[in-house]
Amino acid sequence: MSRMAPHTQPILPLSLERVSYSIGPATLLQDISLTIPAGRRLLVMGANGAGKSLFLRLCHGLIDPVSGRRTWASAEPRPKAQAMVFQRPVLLRRSVAENLAYPLALDGMERAARADLVAQTLDRFGLRPMANRPARLLSGGEQQRLALARAWAMRPQILFLDEPTSALDPSATRMIEGMVAQFADEGITIVMTTHNLGQARRLAQDVAFLHRGRMIEHQAADTFFAGPETPEARAFLAGDLVW
Amino acid sequence: MDNPFVIAFGLIMQADPALMQIISLSLRVTLSAVVIACAIGLPLGAALALSRFRGKAMVIVIFNALMGLPPVVAGLVVYLLLSRSGPLGGLALLFTPTAMILAQTVLILPIIVSLTRSVVEDLWAEYQEHLLSLGAGRLQAVPTLLWDGRVSLLTGVLAGFGRASAEVGAVLIVGGNIAGHTRTMTTAITLETARGNLGLAVALGLVLLSLTLALNAAAWGAGQWAKGRLG
Repeated sequence: MSRMAPHTQPILPLSLERVSYSIGPATLLQDISLTIPAGRRLLVMGANGAGKSLFLRLCHGLIDPVSGRRTWASAEPRPKAQAMVFQRPVLLRRSVAENLAYPLALDGMERAARADLVAQTLDRFGLRPMANRPARLLSGGEQQRLALARAWAMRPQILFLDEPTSALDPSATRMIEGMVAQFADEGITIVMTTHNLGQARRLAQDVAFLHRGRMIEHQAADTFFAGPETPEARAFLAGDLVW
Repeated sequence: MDNPFVIAFGLIMQADPALMQIISLSLRVTLSAVVIACAIGLPLGAALALSRFRGKAMVIVIFNALMGLPPVVAGLVVYLLLSRSGPLGGLALLFTPTAMILAQTVLILPIIVSLTRSVVEDLWAEYQEHLLSLGAGRLQAVPTLLWDGRVSLLTGVLAGFGRASAEVGAVLIVGGNIAGHTRTMTTAITLETARGNLGLAVALGLVLLSLTLALNAAAWGAGQWAKGRLG
């Protein structure tokens, strides 16, 4: 499917150089260095509290590192061609179609172009029958589908997903994973957190493993799953309780 | 035939001109005050919710306290402002409907500001990351938050309307209860009761009661509608 791309300047790779983030005396992310190139599917894994969600927010620009550097290829401090989908979808108290149109209006897209893209998005993601329904009355799976569709409509070059299926049943999870895989096939770079091993195996090309705020492994998914280098990652893959 | 309720129903059924004039002025004054209080209070409440500054807690406490401002005190403040020796005395607004609008605005502005702050603060806590993720700054978030909080805000606006339409002290002080000019439902009820003209007082009381009932029904209906329609 051909897609309009108003933010055409490449923003990737995204580089993190020794970034740390702390709140008061607590250091929550420490000395993380990583480059995210265009077109990859990076799964960020780790136990609860390892810092996965914070890492995603820091990459996306919702929080700034207290030390280290975060740089985009486009040299913008926070490029627009990126989107994020949260664990619990945040939907406005409006209809499905209005939720899709909102970020496009915010981005300054003209009314006619906006209407076209909303229609295209509704059709593509099977949301047409519920276009006028209040978004917050949809089921959990439908709400997350809408959140992903809204992110797609923003035409991001990179999409951050914070455990988007953690609250969903297997059927909705399968649907969301299918959407993520399609986005990746279209060339959208995916950075997704999960603590679901099966999901990581199905989707990852690269894996970053976080433990207590440190990135202790970052490698190709095949290599990681075949034999992680650190005892923490080995314990995590073995299903042991890691903390 | 001397039964005040019989007289009251008669006045209402005949749409008595004196009764209608009082009701009309009351609604005009209160609606104007609500519109002005909303025009100031909605953006001010939203700004208070989203801004960070020293002394914010104190400002919030003051607005919350002012929600219970006694109407006679509001009336006294406006009287002092508008009286001939006051800072706005030159405008010659005392004992006019404009003075009454001003007094009622002072009375309901804290309600609108405090309620808006509370609603917008709650919504901001929910939407903040999402809106920032979409690239919306705090300023761009204000209309979004006001719109998405519209049902809760409407309830507050109706509460403000109810408080303004039911108060008697402020409008009595700054309006003077002049027949045909500044006589509202509440001041007329006070006067007519004292005069023993209970028919008109009861008629106005019934209208006021119906208005309060209708406002509460509207607020409840809006809440129920929102639950079913907006989630």
